[in-house]
Amino acid sequence: MPEAQAARAVPFRGGGFRPVAKRGIGLAVFAVLLLVIEWGTRAGWISNLTLPRPSDVGATLVELWQSGMLVSHMTPSLTRLVVGSLMGVSAGIALGLAIGLFSYARAGLVPLVSALFPIPKIALLPLFVIWFGIDEGSKYALIALGTFTPTVVATFGAVDNVDRGLIRMGQSFGLRWTSIVGKIVLPGALPGILSGLRVSLAIGIILLVAAEMLGAEHGIGAYILQAGSLYDLERLFAGVVILSALGVLVSWGIGLIEKRLLRWRS
Amino acid sequence: MEMTLDHITHRYGDMTVLDDVSLRIPAGEILCVIGPSGCGKSTLLRLLGGLETPDEGRVLQLGEPPSDCLNPLTYVFQDFALLPWRSVAGNVSLVLEDHGLGRAARRGIVADVLARTGLGDFHDALPRQLSGGMKQRVAIARALAVNPAVLLLDEPLSALDAQTRELLMEDLVSLWTRVPFTGVYVTHNLAEAVRLGHRIAVLSRRPGRLRDLVEIDLPLAERRPGHPALEAVQAQLWSLIREEAQAADKELADA
Ligand SMILES: Nc1ncnc2c1ncn2[C@@H]1O[C@H](COP(=O)(O)OP(=O)(O)O)[C@@H](O)[C@H]1O
Ligand SMILES: [Mg+2]
Repeated sequence: MPEAQAARAVPFRGGGFRPVAKRGIGLAVFAVLLLVIEWGTRAGWISNLTLPRPSDVGATLVELWQSGMLVSHMTPSLTRLVVGSLMGVSAGIALGLAIGLFSYARAGLVPLVSALFPIPKIALLPLFVIWFGIDEGSKYALIALGTFTPTVVATFGAVDNVDRGLIRMGQSFGLRWTSIVGKIVLPGALPGILSGLRVSLAIGIILLVAAEMLGAEHGIGAYILQAGSLYDLERLFAGVVILSALGVLVSWGIGLIEKRLLRWRS
Repeated sequence: MEMTLDHITHRYGDMTVLDDVSLRIPAGEILCVIGPSGCGKSTLLRLLGGLETPDEGRVLQLGEPPSDCLNPLTYVFQDFALLPWRSVAGNVSLVLEDHGLGRAARRGIVADVLARTGLGDFHDALPRQLSGGMKQRVAIARALAVNPAVLLLDEPLSALDAQTRELLMEDLVSLWTRVPFTGVYVTHNLAEAVRLGHRIAVLSRRPGRLRDLVEIDLPLAERRPGHPALEAVQAQLWSLIREEAQAADKELADA
């Protein structure tokens, strides 16, 4: 045995490559960005033709709230988003389930959905105006169609990914078809359906704004369009901030639903 | 209830998986089926439980299952097949919900089978909180809940470590000793086969043919690991399948 060799610790080399939750970093990035812009616009090295002062945007938002205009723009926008995406999402889940469960539905509808998916739905707005009228109908239809296609694709993908072993287990215990669908397929597909919902609703918001820009008196889209045509950057950015907030709100809402319904996932 | 496999042949495409297998499964006994992997053991079990129909031959059940039996042919799967979104009790209750039992009756059955499998304290636990052995106990409890006439077990202990496997074997033996059930127990583990099988059917490698049927007289409750009589049978089984296993091991998967 070799005598008295120097002992040293084995060096650690297993670190990294593992995302760790860091609270507050996201907010800090936002804050720093805003502060830099504020500083730049005040000091003059950012011209106020390029970017508005964040504090001015904030003031515009406060004013919008105090004058009651925020509510009168938000109410029609939210109604359109809720009604349109409710129609699109529920039809999408129903059709996606049908495709996932029935071979005939799959054979008949998947090509149709693939044909619909890549169409920029905004291009169809004139058509919808003819079909459903210049008022709310065409906006509902646009948002519904826009949220429908990604929901269908996400839903039947999620149904396809349900563990076949669980379905076979249900069959081997003689469960009714409705029980297998309701107690095994649907809960198993839920995570996939919900993550599809995130995409669908984001698309819904984009289409909402587009539809409102093309013909609406009230609504966030109309507000942004007006501001833009007057080169009123403060109001334009105020509108954008509201949209971002809406996006964050929707995503937070879905996160809440996931937390409640998918508690079993760890 | 007794079951018979009558000259079963089954193919997938042009690959014959089972070739002319005839077997009798007498009531109240456990029949173990061993053979190298890929020889068609799981297929045989699927045919027995009606999850697939054989290309040739017949699967017969003789006599009526008892009237209180909710699902005569009941599986225990290798991967447990528990619903991750249901609690232990919910997973057991799932298979009772389509039978028009009242809530109280269902609760009674669930409590009874959980007690019999030593899961009384885990009533509300979710599958992800359980160890592999506990998950398989839940699956066994679920199978017992429907009062099966024949239990079909497809390598139920293969996903578990050796100690847990030993514990679950003891559980299965004590369940059988209290209320003898009819069982078909598929495994590739010879030690499990000699501990649990009243008779052991040895299949050849694919296409699976019945090579031998070995009977063990020793009562289940008296079998212990390392029992000389069992060691002898195990050695005999190994000599039967050694070459088959070797050849099966060298086969190309998609040849
Ligand atoms: N549904 C299926 N379709 C096609 N081939 C299958 C199917 N199920 C099993 N096989 C093939 O049949 C053979 C026997 O399978 P299996 O019964 O699972 O064997 P074991 O359980 O003995 O390992 C394997 O080669 C497997 O690949
Ligand atoms: Mg198998």
